[in-house]
Amino acid sequence: MDSYFLSHLDVLEAEAIYVMREVASEFERPVLLFSGGKDSICLLRLAEKAFRPAHFPFPLLHIDTGHNFPEVIEFRDRRVKELGERLIVRTVDDAIDAGIVTEPGGTDKSRNWLQIPTLLHALEEFKFDAAFGGARRDEEKSRAKERFFSFRDEFGQWDPRNQRPELWSVYNTRIHPGQHIRVFPLSNWTELDVWQYVAREKLEIPSIYFSHRREVFRRDGLWMSASDLLPLKRGEAIETRSIRFRTVGDILCTAAIESSCSTVEEIIGEVSSLKVTERGARADDKVSETSMEDRKREGYF
Amino acid sequence: MNAGTNDPQVTVQLLRFTTCGSVDDGKSTLIGRLLHDSKLILEDQLAALKRASLMRGESEVNLANLTDGLRAEREQGITIDVAYRYFATPRRRFIVADTPGHVQYTRNMVTGASTSSLALILVDARTGIIEQTRRHATIASLLGIPHLVLCVNKMDLVDFSEEVFESIRQDFTRFSTRLKIRDVTFVPMSALLGDNVVDRSSSMPWYLGETLLSFLESVHIASDWNMQDPRFPVQWVIRPQFGRSTDFRAFAGQVSSGAFRVGDRVTVLPSGRQSRIRDIQLMGRSLEVAHAPMSACILLEDTIDVSRGDLIVASDNLPHVGKDLEAMCCWMDETPLQLGKKYLLKHTTHSTKAMVHHLHYRLDINRLEEDSAHVLKLNEIGRIALKTATPLLYDRYHRNRSLGGFVLIDESTHATVGAGMLEEPAKPAPLPERVDYSI
Repeated sequence: MDSYFLSHLDVLEAEAIYVMREVASEFERPVLLFSGGKDSICLLRLAEKAFRPAHFPFPLLHIDTGHNFPEVIEFRDRRVKELGERLIVRTVDDAIDAGIVTEPGGTDKSRNWLQIPTLLHALEEFKFDAAFGGARRDEEKSRAKERFFSFRDEFGQWDPRNQRPELWSVYNTRIHPGQHIRVFPLSNWTELDVWQYVAREKLEIPSIYFSHRREVFRRDGLWMSASDLLPLKRGEAIETRSIRFRTVGDILCTAAIESSCSTVEEIIGEVSSLKVTERGARADDKVSETSMEDRKREGYF
Repeated sequence: MNAGTNDPQVTVQLLRFTTCGSVDDGKSTLIGRLLHDSKLILEDQLAALKRASLMRGESEVNLANLTDGLRAEREQGITIDVAYRYFATPRRRFIVADTPGHVQYTRNMVTGASTSSLALILVDARTGIIEQTRRHATIASLLGIPHLVLCVNKMDLVDFSEEVFESIRQDFTRFSTRLKIRDVTFVPMSALLGDNVVDRSSSMPWYLGETLLSFLESVHIASDWNMQDPRFPVQWVIRPQFGRSTDFRAFAGQVSSGAFRVGDRVTVLPSGRQSRIRDIQLMGRSLEVAHAPMSACILLEDTIDVSRGDLIVASDNLPHVGKDLEAMCCWMDETPLQLGKKYLLKHTTHSTKAMVHHLHYRLDINRLEEDSAHVLKLNEIGRIALKTATPLLYDRYHRNRSLGGFVLIDESTHATVGAGMLEEPAKPAPLPERVDYSI
């Protein structure tokens, strides 16, 4: 019996590959959202496992807020080239120019909200009916109830009260014209699983995940990257620290932690002992207890 | 540097379990306790909880608030959906499907149970076995969950009495002999105080068994997968459109049960064509064996037509093939099951039209008794006979969960309306005696 042992990573991997193949089989035009972050890096490896030696049966899409770390954009383009797959980029700046969205006034310059219409517009432009995302249920409370196959109405909205039951691994993939689904192959993974998978598969990740010296300042208890986009408030001062990022999002709302980790193995050690959840370092989630649920209802990942 | 292969975290097993219960029996508190005591509740989550508890005027952190994710649930103080929780110890990784316990959420319990290999059922030590306990155990049994743990909670409110615990144990044992669950364990505990959840209780020295967490970490789950019946539903055919490999065809899928090895003689259903396994691959790398629940690609020695929805099986171990089916069915939609209506049925990677033509009985899930009924409504479970447009390739659910479960989909709303568990095929009606002598 023990010769049939599978580790938790093996089981999670097999489940994610299964989900990807179901989508490829049952949807007309899937797309994989690739941000250059560690979760979507895992998705690319899972797609390789699901479809090689053939090409992926879908393109990759990045919704670029225009406020991304340059290291991540450089990595994104290089990784896509290595894989020989097709990447589509749609930017929030283009969407602002096209009048699809307007930059908010106020003090919150985060473009997280602007990603939503930009994404929905891109899905419509290419008539994508299924979009893979790297979201995990362990990230946030409202995500704990998200399905692998998450249905969105004609307005891209999520209705948490009206979700389809998912039994065994039999996924109901039927949608009406104009609707689309978000698919989360990593639903059952935790942050630690992702790092262990990155280590096991020896996946390259953007350099900002590792410890480096950077000019930062303290805001609301978080270390933010010094940037022209983030004018200092009274009492804030720029200093140079050894930090790393736990997620790679918009510069304006992605906070760093002090860390000396320079290898994935060290990060695994750090994540196992960290006391603050990953999204605790995302300023956008601190707005209210249900801010993630609100954004998700509107069409956010 | 072979990353992490010596790290025990990387080679731990995954256990999926479900919890059924309502607010009153302390289910959320128990899960909160497991998460909290296994040191996995992180500091900022705890800080958010403290804020929320203070806002509600509660003096202590309410562990139950950890698990009720959606706004409506927090407002109403109830759990209305299946929520998934994750925690780990150095020995195992756990996925918890947390489901509400009231009868109007039977479908959520069924959903949570479908992927679990263990069920935790909470009993309030003051009230003992009640209708709800029997309902939860029945659902766990129907869904083929091999292990059941009866958590006799709130022992602190009955003075940690061994007699109370013993009488609950005997009560439940009398009932559970009628269930299909092979492994039932009883743990007396106080989730509120933490007794016997993670740490051994000093108030119940008479209890010699394991604490709940220690049981969850050690229960033998390797044999829960069916390893006897090799089944591989084809999901996708890989045919690269570049290079010289134009005749390369790999059949991609996840092994449902059993194991396949290179050289094995296999049959492709429904065509019945036979071949041998030439290679098993994942990302271009050859594997010696693919077993449940691995995802892989199978390459055959002969060029035969195989497509999505086909089933590759060991030639000496064939499944049932048929259009006339018998099943237990849980109804999941507001609109009741309509006899004679065409539904879409999805079973493994195969979809076909189906019609339920007979409802044998409705199961009274509180008493495990059969009621006659003409209609199956939301949250009701019944035994049905159905007919499909194309044959299903299946095993009996209680032999092989992954090849015995299906869902019914409404063709106009696209909602998942029913979940079915296949039984042995109906025996053909006995032939009249006079046919015997004809040859």
